[in-house]
Amino acid sequence: MTKNIQFIPGSDACIEGALYAGCDFFAGYPITPSSEVAEGLAAELPKRGGKFIQMEDEIASMACVIGAALAGKKVMTATSGPGFSLKQEGIGYACMTETPCVIANIQRGGPSTGNPTHVAQGDTMQARWGSHGDHSIIAMTASNLQDIFKITVEAFNLAEQYRTPVILMFDEATQHLREKVIIPEPGEIEVIDRIRTKIPVGEQYYPYRTDENGQRPMSDFGAGHRFHVTGLHHNLLGFPDVSPENVNALIHHLVEKIDNKANELARYKEYYMDDADYVIVAYGTTTRSAIQAAEDYRNQLGVKVGVLELQTVWPFADDIVREKCANTKAVIVAEMNMGQIVNEVRRVVTQPEKVFFSNRVDNQIIKPGDIKAALKMITGKGV
Amino acid sequence: MSDTQIDIKKYLRTQFFPQMWCPGCGHGTVMGALLRAIGDLGLDNDDVSVISGIGCSSRISGYLDFNTAHTMHGRALPTATGVKLANPNLKVIVPFGDGDSTAIGGNHLIHACRRNIDITAIVMNNRIYGMTGGQYSPMSGPGVKASTAPYGVPDRAFDLMELVKGAGATFVARTTVYHAKEAQNTIKKAIEHKGFSVVEILSQCPTQFGRKNKTGEAPQMMEWYKDNTVPMGSKKLEENPDLIQRGIFVDEQVPEYCEVYQANVIDKVMKKG
Repeated sequence: MTKNIQFIPGSDACIEGALYAGCDFFAGYPITPSSEVAEGLAAELPKRGGKFIQMEDEIASMACVIGAALAGKKVMTATSGPGFSLKQEGIGYACMTETPCVIANIQRGGPSTGNPTHVAQGDTMQARWGSHGDHSIIAMTASNLQDIFKITVEAFNLAEQYRTPVILMFDEATQHLREKVIIPEPGEIEVIDRIRTKIPVGEQYYPYRTDENGQRPMSDFGAGHRFHVTGLHHNLLGFPDVSPENVNALIHHLVEKIDNKANELARYKEYYMDDADYVIVAYGTTTRSAIQAAEDYRNQLGVKVGVLELQTVWPFADDIVREKCANTKAVIVAEMNMGQIVNEVRRVVTQPEKVFFSNRVDNQIIKPGDIKAALKMITGKGV
Repeated sequence: MSDTQIDIKKYLRTQFFPQMWCPGCGHGTVMGALLRAIGDLGLDNDDVSVISGIGCSSRISGYLDFNTAHTMHGRALPTATGVKLANPNLKVIVPFGDGDSTAIGGNHLIHACRRNIDITAIVMNNRIYGMTGGQYSPMSGPGVKASTAPYGVPDRAFDLMELVKGAGATFVARTTVYHAKEAQNTIKKAIEHKGFSVVEILSQCPTQFGRKNKTGEAPQMMEWYKDNTVPMGSKKLEENPDLIQRGIFVDEQVPEYCEVYQANVIDKVMKKG
């Protein structure tokens, strides 16, 4: 069988991943540089009987996908910068109501309108803490287009499995880059569908009760199990309950169902890590330059530099990062912001003083030379 | 079907009673009218989905035995749009307050009107933010006393009927809780209507609006609705055009959003493929 090989931009890799995962509903509002995701799904979803709606704003788009998810659809929205800020209340509502949804945030420069057409990674902390109150979140990213495809499929799988919003933290550079992408045959990558309740219609269904498999099976509005959904603190039936013991149990559940699985949820890649004396921690586009810097140091100077690429950004993979950075002389965190993941790395490694930072916040991607400049300062050798 | 034959208890989650509304609140009357309308139409509990926002009125969803969602302040309509578009077989009803619908959710209201999606919006208008302590709403009107307007509201009020007519709603009606039977029949017609329908129901808030504005207790407030509202085209209105009109302002058939999307988008591309 001939492989489905395409030469496409990152936005299309994300679209292909969403379709492969079974996304059948998209609501969105145009914003650069995410709009191509909406445009592509507006064309592709109806061909499969799926639905696309352009809403009146970002807030409406987030609410709309939540409504469609409650009625049984596999849903997605996409946005950038200011739009991501506007969606935060809805993301919190989806966390609280345990409604599966995927939010692609194609990052641009900020704060405010910032720079809509250039790259940045300034939303890393907003993805984690943008919504108010205690909750956890899953946020993922990728540095090449084949991985954008794969991570998008995984985002849908994890959203359904964990009943949570999953945020895709792609960036402008990979969004507009074109690369070869092999679209797998159906079945090559696992697709996880919503876990629906086996409780017969007519019997009491608890939308928020954990079953023996550790899951909370869902029902769809209209499927015969009538239930209530509220953003208020609620009990296992979904009705408001603000008693201290109930609120405590609910918040612990929302946080721990994700944070306790940090190691299982961690998707990461290693490049030249087996014998690395120095580690560059990177994610998204930044990884590409990190790999080049590592190769140049190895090939030209024989200095053993490795790269740890984080594909799951949240929950932060404390154990994995600690272990991978344990026996190294120094760690460089490369990111296109004023320091977000670098503080997480400092938090988890045994020697925070050996963690260095390489960044750019000038609309330009981090180049191999930027990271090599940091390596030169640390190793005393330059290429 | 007469009232006596409609058992509205089958639509209620009676385990959550007594409800949390203040004594004298008009919202219970709206809830009764809504459920009698649903009963009149012979709808099954599984046919209906009720999506509300935030505030006193929006707590109604928790008391109703349908698939229900109590969503974010102002965001009931876009959430309901997602539910309806995902499952067009459901009768989707959005009961919400005047602030939820016309202030924080005003943008969503006008676009739901324009889109003409088959949702019934019931605006429970008490001209005040009750749950947060009596602040003014876009429907309070000049001079009304509120906790954020101790010297009287400076802003002009929306006329909701004109607003939604202008935005393209295809069924537009106003009634009051004093006219409970009329409210029931109006809601029934709104649910039957294929397209976006808006029913404004004037509903008294003696606790927040009444107390601050010295309008008396609930019975006096309901009598005010009796004395100050008139059916459209009535003789009383001719004599006093300042009275508030009740009735159906718009009832027209325009292609409905979900049907248009199915026919003009999905069916078209799937045939082409």
